[in-house]
Amino acid sequence: MNCIIIDDEATARAIVAHHCSKVADLDVIEEFDNAIDGLKFLNQQNIDVVFLDIHMPGFSGVDFVQTLKNSPKIVLTTSDTEFAIEAYEYEAIVDYLVKPITDERFEKSIQKIKNSFAKTPTQKVAADSSSEIGEDLYINIDRRLIKLHFNEILVIEAKGDYIDIKTQTKEYHVHTTLKKIKEKLPEKMFLQIHRSFIINFSKIIDIEDNSVLIEKKVIPVSRSSRPELMRRLNLL
Amino acid sequence: MEQANLSYIKELAGDDKVFEQKFITILKEEFPQEVQIYKDHIEKDEPRSAAEIVHKLKHKFNILSMEASYKFAVDFEEELRVGENKMHTDFNAILKYIQNYLNTI
Repeated sequence: MNCIIIDDEATARAIVAHHCSKVADLDVIEEFDNAIDGLKFLNQQNIDVVFLDIHMPGFSGVDFVQTLKNSPKIVLTTSDTEFAIEAYEYEAIVDYLVKPITDERFEKSIQKIKNSFAKTPTQKVAADSSSEIGEDLYINIDRRLIKLHFNEILVIEAKGDYIDIKTQTKEYHVHTTLKKIKEKLPEKMFLQIHRSFIINFSKIIDIEDNSVLIEKKVIPVSRSSRPELMRRLNLL
Repeated sequence: MEQANLSYIKELAGDDKVFEQKFITILKEEFPQEVQIYKDHIEKDEPRSAAEIVHKLKHKFNILSMEASYKFAVDFEEELRVGENKMHTDFNAILKYIQNYLNTI
């Protein structure tokens, strides 16, 4: 296997390169201190694995992954132990290493890479179909990816170019649209009841006329959404 | 002040003394550069840009096995991201300590 290392820190690149040197069948072809140069290189060379720092100024690791077309296997590296990875949604990403990387953890990562290469198409299809929508969602706030369990979410409200995601403990202001987040939510659990609101169906306390109560928040129900809301209720 | 040590670097290098020395050289070169960038951002009152460099500096704390300082840096990075820098003085003390430590190795 061959690989490249992309990290804006020289110490981090040196650590990954040294770990790679201990793996018999892994050659480091090149190192880059920014994602753009790494991307240009990948357009010219066939590379099996990329060790990629997720937190780089300007063009982050997630931006990098989204840009790739024919992607090599990617192992993300980060200094944040709590840094959650929406990027796991991408098939190319096989592992996630927290810096400073230890021998033991790096060896596990190499095994994961090898396993991912060994995965047969049949296994891949099975894995994909079983994980169409997981139990959680990652939201990007100030370049930090925060994991939210679907079950935590009470209400999502559109606010211009942003949405507010209200959970039992916090409210998150996220730059996206209601339409985009709706695609990420399990239909059985969530319902859009107004052009500005998606609710977690299981969190409804009561329904009155043209509104529903979730926690202490009264949320309007549009006329067009009401039939679907009523259809979904387990009415006595 | 939490004490730095080379246990992670020695474990990483194993018997490879050439790598160990090379790595320490990289660390000694990169650390003061990042500290300078950090200081420039603080001086210009650019806390969010300072947060970016604190993110990198905290990795060095981990490399030097300074777990408590790493946790402090995590909190400081968060503070900077919301535009504050009340923890700057204590963070600066850690940076000074590390610079002195690097001068001895």
